[in-house]
Amino acid sequence: MSSATIPPQFEIVDQPLDTQMTISMGPQHPSTHGVLRLELVLDGEMVVKATPDIGYLHTGMEKLFEYKKYQQGIVITDRMDYLNPLGNNLAYVMAGEKLLGLEIPERAQVIRVLMCELQRIASHLVWLGTHALDIGAMTVFFYCFREREKIMNLIEAASGGRLTPSYFRIGGLMMDLPAGFEHRCKQFLDHFLKAVDEFHTLLSGNRIFQRRTQGIGKISAEDAIDWGLSGPCLRGSGINLDIRRANPYSGYENYDFEVPTEPDGDVWARYMVRMRELKESHKIATQALARLQPGPVKADAPKVVLPDREAMKSHMDALIHHFLIVAEGFDVPAGEVYQPIEASKGELGVYMKSDGGPKPNRVHFRGPSFVNLSALPVMSEGEMVADIVAIIGSLDVVLGEIDR
Amino acid sequence: MQEQPSVSETTPSPLVTALQHEHPEWIGEVIYAFGETTIIVPREHLVAACSFLKTWPEGHFNFLADICGADRGVEEEPRFEVNYHLFSTTKYHRVRLKVLLNEEDTHVPSVTGVWKTANWHERETFDMFGVIFDGHPDLRRILLPDDWQGHALRKDFPLRGYEPYSLK
Repeated sequence: MSSATIPPQFEIVDQPLDTQMTISMGPQHPSTHGVLRLELVLDGEMVVKATPDIGYLHTGMEKLFEYKKYQQGIVITDRMDYLNPLGNNLAYVMAGEKLLGLEIPERAQVIRVLMCELQRIASHLVWLGTHALDIGAMTVFFYCFREREKIMNLIEAASGGRLTPSYFRIGGLMMDLPAGFEHRCKQFLDHFLKAVDEFHTLLSGNRIFQRRTQGIGKISAEDAIDWGLSGPCLRGSGINLDIRRANPYSGYENYDFEVPTEPDGDVWARYMVRMRELKESHKIATQALARLQPGPVKADAPKVVLPDREAMKSHMDALIHHFLIVAEGFDVPAGEVYQPIEASKGELGVYMKSDGGPKPNRVHFRGPSFVNLSALPVMSEGEMVADIVAIIGSLDVVLGEIDR
Repeated sequence: MQEQPSVSETTPSPLVTALQHEHPEWIGEVIYAFGETTIIVPREHLVAACSFLKTWPEGHFNFLADICGADRGVEEEPRFEVNYHLFSTTKYHRVRLKVLLNEEDTHVPSVTGVWKTANWHERETFDMFGVIFDGHPDLRRILLPDDWQGHALRKDFPLRGYEPYSLK
């Protein structure tokens, strides 16, 4: 066939092999953990430039907070980082408590610590399972979800919800732990360390896993601070920083635990930090369980905290307070606070601004995933395409929190 | 285990006094409330104040935790505020810098030159409030679509939007 018969747009142009190519990875790519899209500029298989594109899951939650009463906002926070909903609940209610100046009873504090550490373990287990799955190790996923299921059952027993517990309330807890919870929790904790050793046997000694993670996605300590990384990503670059230690809350200063750090700043270092954190969280949860003493789980603030059902049947004022809190909400003193906590992915900060009414004027969530993801270009430029998947996995991003 | 410095939620006020003594022009007003310190900074001094605080040996606010905008209300003047939450990874204290903006002139100098993490925070604030960060390398919308009309977190933007959004 002569070339004259082919229209010019279908003519095969001989491209030299060294040209760069732009491809779009996601938002439907299974290893982008949700709806993350990356614009990758490739030179052969090497990533020259990576630009994350987010917002596919944006649901306007920060706008919604301004239209809901304080206690209704707790439900929205569950949907942000859906792997660590109790952490979100905690940050939100603590911001409200800071504005109201509430004292939380000891038992409620201990239960909060216990539940948050269980949730951190569950969140890390999902990370471990999916991270290994992305790299090609399928079995780990099932082992992780077997353990996670036990925690989900515990959270369900306490709060009634699995993914969306809304267990913490401004002023304390929704309700006390159910009968037999301590026994079930102890059963789980007794067997968990063995499971962590199983994960190590499956992955840490695996040569393929090591080669896929060691020396990949490096970020130095200075860069990590400059890019605002927090949580395991920051500690994986050798910086010993944990909000539970730096600005302790809920009585974390009374617990004995270590802050694991690794110096290398690569995917492997972040993996090792989280694996060691599983054991530290187990340690804290065990201590919290031993500290559980009978006592109230709600603050003594009848205008903010819903009364007990029994009190409502016998006390007029309890009934009135219940009606007013549900129908009109409670007024929060005007002012603004920033409440940081150490969520499973890093520093989760809540900025809450009140103008004195029953609805917040502004609620902003500083999501750790949002900030950690913004550093992805630094880690991935110069790496291979296949390593991008490992790097995203090591950041442990949840798009629900990034897009809000 | 590294040596843990004395734990405190807020900047000790001697620090603010020292700052006030050294650079009085940077500090518009200091507010202590709920155990937190807020410094209102005139926007022309923002970048200078941030770069100073980042390397200041006494304060060492080397970590930018968050930037978030807020709309005080359509009637208010100044209407907008941008809050910078600084943190020290060595001394563990926090401070909030606040810049106040009028509705007609929502320009703020960008601090991306001081902290790289400011990039996405500033894009989000631009997206939601229409605050323009001068000197930002890539000031695009981040959460909402590129062709979105208006700024969704402003108080005069309706909760459900003006009309159903459709991709063009």
